[in-house]
Amino acid sequence: MTDVQLSSEPLDISSCIEKATDPTCGGMNVFIGTIRNKTQNRKVIRLEYESYIPMAIKEMHKIADDIFQKWDVKNIVIHHRTGILKTGDTAVVIVVSAPHREAAFEACRYAIDTLKQTVPIWKKEVFEDGEVWVSAHA
Amino acid sequence: MIRLLAFGIVKDFFHGSALDIELPKNPTVDILKKELNSLYPEMQKLASYMIAVNNNYASDGDIIYPGDEIAIIPPVSGG
Repeated sequence: MTDVQLSSEPLDISSCIEKATDPTCGGMNVFIGTIRNKTQNRKVIRLEYESYIPMAIKEMHKIADDIFQKWDVKNIVIHHRTGILKTGDTAVVIVVSAPHREAAFEACRYAIDTLKQTVPIWKKEVFEDGEVWVSAHA
Repeated sequence: MIRLLAFGIVKDFFHGSALDIELPKNPTVDILKKELNSLYPEMQKLASYMIAVNNNYASDGDIIYPGDEIAIIPPVSGG
């Protein structure tokens, strides 16, 4: 089962876990990405996320499809926020459940690492004295 | 005329979320990038950028046809 979503509302971690719960699975790995209060010692006021929604959904499905090819995994849930987030808010939740834990750990890590490289989502960090589109410049 | 969708920092370059540009008929992605780089030199200062055609990452040699949805994808930073 794959469930991918982009949401302008706060993410519901329990509901993500519930969706991936499966009696055939002996392990479930949860990754929660949250907003850090500092970047290189500059205080972060807020982050603004935006997405190219149809392509982002497509790319998240590709990640799930790749995982099903590579690992014995039963369920993949990927929910990502858009809009304005503050320190401590949840930006992304990934849940992977599998019959055995090794696959769940590895696939979950693959999901977040690949998401950061391929899914068209962008964040702007807003500081007290300026703002920057993250990763835009080398 | 081709409509380009802009996201992230590229919206700042274009001063908006879309830009219409004139290109030869059925251009390749490479031709689009060259035109973009010359119209907006800031593009070349990005760590990298990609072109998406109909919601898929495109290669330089891919041809753009009328009606295709074209988006400029600056470095992504989800998560």
